[in-house]
Amino acid sequence: MTDEKSPNKGFRLDDPAFIRGLTQPRLTRRGVLGAGAMGMAALAMPRFAHADSGAMPIPLDAKWEKWWKQQKPTKELVFANWPYYIDVTDDGKKHPSLDNFTKATGIDVKYLETIQGNAPFYAKIAPVLKSGQSIGNDIIVMTNTWQLTELMMQDFLVPLWQEKLPNFFKNASPSVISPDYDKGNKYTVTWQSGMTGIAYNPKLTGREITSFEDLWDPKFAGHVGMMSDLTELGSAAMLKLGIDPAKSTPEDWKKAAAILEDQKKKGIVRQYYDQSYITALENGDTWITQAWSGDVFQAHAKGFKDLKFIVPKEGVMLWHDNMMIPKGAKNPLSALEWMNFYYTAETAGLIEDYVNYICPVPSAQAYIKDVIKDADVADSPLVFPTKEMYAKTHDFYTFKSFDEYQAWQSTFSPVVQG
Amino acid sequence: MSATESRAARLRGLGRGAAPYLLSLPSWAYLTAFFVVPMAAMLSMSLATGNPITGYVFSWNFAEFGRAVSQYDTQLLRSFGYGALSTFITLVLTYPVAYWIAFYGGRHKGTFLFLILLPFFVSFVIRTLAWQFILADQGFLFGTLKQLHILPERFYLLSSTTAVIGGLVYNSVAYYILPLYVALEKIDRRVVRAAGDLYASPVATFWKVILPLSAPGIFAGFLLVFVTNVGDFVNAAVLGGPGTTMIGNIIQYNFFDAQNYPMAATLSSILMFLLIVCIYVYARIFGAEQIQEYAA
Repeated sequence: MTDEKSPNKGFRLDDPAFIRGLTQPRLTRRGVLGAGAMGMAALAMPRFAHADSGAMPIPLDAKWEKWWKQQKPTKELVFANWPYYIDVTDDGKKHPSLDNFTKATGIDVKYLETIQGNAPFYAKIAPVLKSGQSIGNDIIVMTNTWQLTELMMQDFLVPLWQEKLPNFFKNASPSVISPDYDKGNKYTVTWQSGMTGIAYNPKLTGREITSFEDLWDPKFAGHVGMMSDLTELGSAAMLKLGIDPAKSTPEDWKKAAAILEDQKKKGIVRQYYDQSYITALENGDTWITQAWSGDVFQAHAKGFKDLKFIVPKEGVMLWHDNMMIPKGAKNPLSALEWMNFYYTAETAGLIEDYVNYICPVPSAQAYIKDVIKDADVADSPLVFPTKEMYAKTHDFYTFKSFDEYQAWQSTFSPVVQG
Repeated sequence: MSATESRAARLRGLGRGAAPYLLSLPSWAYLTAFFVVPMAAMLSMSLATGNPITGYVFSWNFAEFGRAVSQYDTQLLRSFGYGALSTFITLVLTYPVAYWIAFYGGRHKGTFLFLILLPFFVSFVIRTLAWQFILADQGFLFGTLKQLHILPERFYLLSSTTAVIGGLVYNSVAYYILPLYVALEKIDRRVVRAAGDLYASPVATFWKVILPLSAPGIFAGFLLVFVTNVGDFVNAAVLGGPGTTMIGNIIQYNFFDAQNYPMAATLSSILMFLLIVCIYVYARIFGAEQIQEYAA
């Protein structure tokens, strides 16, 4: 539900890896990113060439420092990630970035695509971690949702030994340094970010879409898609009201729920969708819908070239999928080694050229442009957002306790479940 | 000599007495492991208080039951309404099919039953998702009809109560046909002929002879279909829209998303209790003997 951010979670009747092999991926993505970039032409402004934010590693407390210093280097790494979330060769068998890592460090990587959603993955690992056992992964990737906060609260994560991550502090985009959900990057570093904006089919809407107001337009009654994930749903309503979700109060939540209820009562909402919203858009069931940027790229690759993704004038939600080390990890030093290796222009660039969400390493832009020679990915403001774009992004509200999370849930769940 | 013989006989007798219990041991073990234990866990969770961070304590907290009913009464009623309606529609649709196969299927009975089961070799979720493509607003069916101006441009069927009930019916067809077929097949044809000999019209024969004799099949199908459909959440999630959420969706939401485990357990308990009541009422109204007869 929250979770289905990765482009192809769950099963699908088609296989994007397969389609990628068939559809001249470069060309397709070029078209897509070009289209996206056109909408943003006005925003083409100087980029973050260097992201030196001045952030410094934060020392560990004595207990964890001792723990880290007792760890022995190993030659293995078990990396659990979401499906289709890393570079692959055309035959779908190899991940060049991981191979480079093995060449450089001698560490063998076991790469698993086992994470299908934050809530189900959390439900799977929490009992194991609670009993003090190892889940067998050295790195897992989770979105900044309640489940991530819960992992931290329950003390299920190993604090990062930041001295070993010099590349992160040198190369990371300011947007992923010391985020609200993990102050000082104590436990996590970002793998990819992404945006939740609006996607629409211009043929069916008959006009350009620019604002969250359009999701409430009675002209589209019965054909507006909203997300069933309550964090996404509530945040969209708050953006429409001009409220920054990250700084919102329970009062704001009620106001947002009220306009969502109104939208439903007027028959505007077609359905509250999980990841299937993109199928509904492709099938023409919805004309306009809340959407994750990466899914629209995938839809283009499948041949739905009419669809458009926009950043509404009120702004977009920016989410982060983060790497972290769960307790009981057998190869924590290898995990740090990979995190550090990832935060280079070469590795992040190689991966980004395939993944096309938002790259947390701004210097990868030049690498993609000059070395990989894929100017369209490099120039896309959806992959390497401009300062102005970043200024339009909003973070999710970070829940401070289960009660708060429950309050949010009970404010918005009647909208979806009524 | 005779003493040992009688001892052996006694042992044999003892063995014979214990045999049914020994033989049923695996079933008891199975029931304990997969029914009694989970059920006890569910009931105790429904009476617990706490949250996922601090953990849960068993506390005879019956308040959750009141909250569950007051908060989710709409969805509970809706689920039973959808369940009853879809079961009835399925019965009306499948009875003639089962009847025809049982009475007129001839030597191809097996083939017909196999053809009916054939689609069910494909996963339930995939079959339900396929309706999203078939019934898509601009899909090959409605898209074409709209181009021919047979349907208005804004017409749609997905995301509606009709679609959810349709999905429930579609997914239950085989589960109703099979028990109906078994019951109809078992009817002694001489009884049917006797009704004719006694000047009953075909219609009267059907209402007075065939239908009552097939009641065990109707009940078995009702059990299979009604119980499954009331607790279903896939059809509502895939084919439903605003205002079609069923109790299964609510339980799933409370378990995975809200992490409100006591509420999820409470709702599951309530659902099970209500289903048992429904089955009991049905059995009382239509008579338990026929059901036992069917079981025998």
